[in-house]
Amino acid sequence: MEAARLIDRLRDSFPDAVIESDVEAIDPYVKVAPATLTDVAAFLRDDPEMSFDFLMAVTGMDLMGLEEGVDDLRVEYHFYSYKHRHTIVIRVDLPREGPVVPSLAGLYPTADWNEREAWDLLGIRFDGHPDLRRILLPEEWEGHPLRKDWKEGPTALGFETTRGSFLDLIRDSKQL
Amino acid sequence: MDAICEPNVHLVEEDGEMILNMGPHHPSTHGVLRMILSMDSEVIRCLSADLGYLHRGIEKIGESIPWQGFMPYTDRVDYLGAMFVNHGYAMAVERLLGVEVPPRAEYLRVVADELNRIASHIICIGSVTMDLGAYTPFLHGIREREKINDIIEEWCGARLTYNYMRIGGVSFDLTPGLKIKILEFLDGFEVFVQEFNNLISFNEIFIKRCAGVGTITPEDAVGYGLIGPNLRASGVDFDVRRDHPYGVYPELDFDVCVGRGIKGEVGDVYDRFWLRIEEMLQSVRLIRQAIERMPMGPIMGKVPKKIKPEKGASAHSRVEGARGDLFTYVMSNGTVNPHRIHIRTGSFNAFSIVEKLAPGMMIADLVALFASLDIIAPETDR
Repeated sequence: MEAARLIDRLRDSFPDAVIESDVEAIDPYVKVAPATLTDVAAFLRDDPEMSFDFLMAVTGMDLMGLEEGVDDLRVEYHFYSYKHRHTIVIRVDLPREGPVVPSLAGLYPTADWNEREAWDLLGIRFDGHPDLRRILLPEEWEGHPLRKDWKEGPTALGFETTRGSFLDLIRDSKQL
Repeated sequence: MDAICEPNVHLVEEDGEMILNMGPHHPSTHGVLRMILSMDSEVIRCLSADLGYLHRGIEKIGESIPWQGFMPYTDRVDYLGAMFVNHGYAMAVERLLGVEVPPRAEYLRVVADELNRIASHIICIGSVTMDLGAYTPFLHGIREREKINDIIEEWCGARLTYNYMRIGGVSFDLTPGLKIKILEFLDGFEVFVQEFNNLISFNEIFIKRCAGVGTITPEDAVGYGLIGPNLRASGVDFDVRRDHPYGVYPELDFDVCVGRGIKGEVGDVYDRFWLRIEEMLQSVRLIRQAIERMPMGPIMGKVPKKIKPEKGASAHSRVEGARGDLFTYVMSNGTVNPHRIHIRTGSFNAFSIVEKLAPGMMIADLVALFASLDIIAPETDR
């Protein structure tokens, strides 16, 4: 099915959930309210005309610096259907303070690790996730580095994050 | 559970359960990965994966350098299949900009991609045999892969981190001499595959170790987001090159190989191993056709010197890499630097299913399963 028809069908089924949609964009997308995400995803998976069985990617991002006065976080879900060979993009915008979105791990097992990655790097909480731990960074890491306001501290995990000049190193070693 | 978090502990609990660390420097992990196993003698009770040892923050680096400058970093995402990550990133930005790629460049991309696919699959099938105790086939494979490395080195100057593709085209044209070298390699390669099969693929001991082990059902494969050869081996007939076409693949003739359970069940270790051998032969077909049909013309499209896509615009691309449907997402903030780059790789998803499959397996079978999934550590961690 074409993107425009997919989006229309989704809007007909969930008139209150769809906040915004754009079929003219390079990747046509639908923005839905965070609270309705689980219902929307279950519909996308189970409806015979949709049957989106593959969650291609969960992309978290920080919108800070994009527009004046907007500092939200966003999660973008790319769904694909092996049966009908069509794609849909679902967007969820979340407030910077306390970004919480329902987890899709119960519907799509692959969401488990992908959501953990978004939590790890962007600090987005996935409500109902079975095991929301850091995945790429160590447990004792502070902050979420893909946020635009994240700054590298002078030390990380006990190591200095800056290095003196190479010449200084040679000089020091000669003194020893 | 506290004990599990401690590295290098071998604990024997009261009921005979042993906690065993596999990795981060285990020979069969092919890179730096760690699996924490809870064992009941030789049988795995549960497995907990620990990754991130090779996390280099490539997506974060991408946000602070210009669009073109990110290309060499994409090589480092997957050192065995750098060409695909190059291709995926270039395609995503081309979609964002609406740039047309000249036909000759598209054909060159096919040749480069398929050569890289052969090189990557050789390592995978070689390491499956090596992990199961047969070292010779791996060395035979490495010998063939070396020829590909030599060809690509002559072509673009690098042996592993190719940095070959550009936004809007490719960096170097194929010289006539190189064309002959590639064709000669392909002739020899088909002989090699025959030799390799006689050496190990039809070996009774090897088949017994692989057939019926680590079976993944099609439902699990789709649900856990397995892609590429791992997905097809489970019987799902999907290939991005055919079903979500890009470049000049629709004009080329090739078959999509699907797991048939030739020695055991559909989706077992042997199917994944055998599918890669079949795919390499399809790649040979594709390269021959691409070289034959390649038109003359420019190799770079019209791309502005300073790439500044529209503010807030985003695009994604899908490329059939050696480890499957590689997903690249790019977003622009209207400046010369990207706002967000996200690369979802095959190994990341493939690793997540190991946690589910491992309970009840023997530890030696886990090694076979892990090798057959073709998990590359830098690709999971980025």
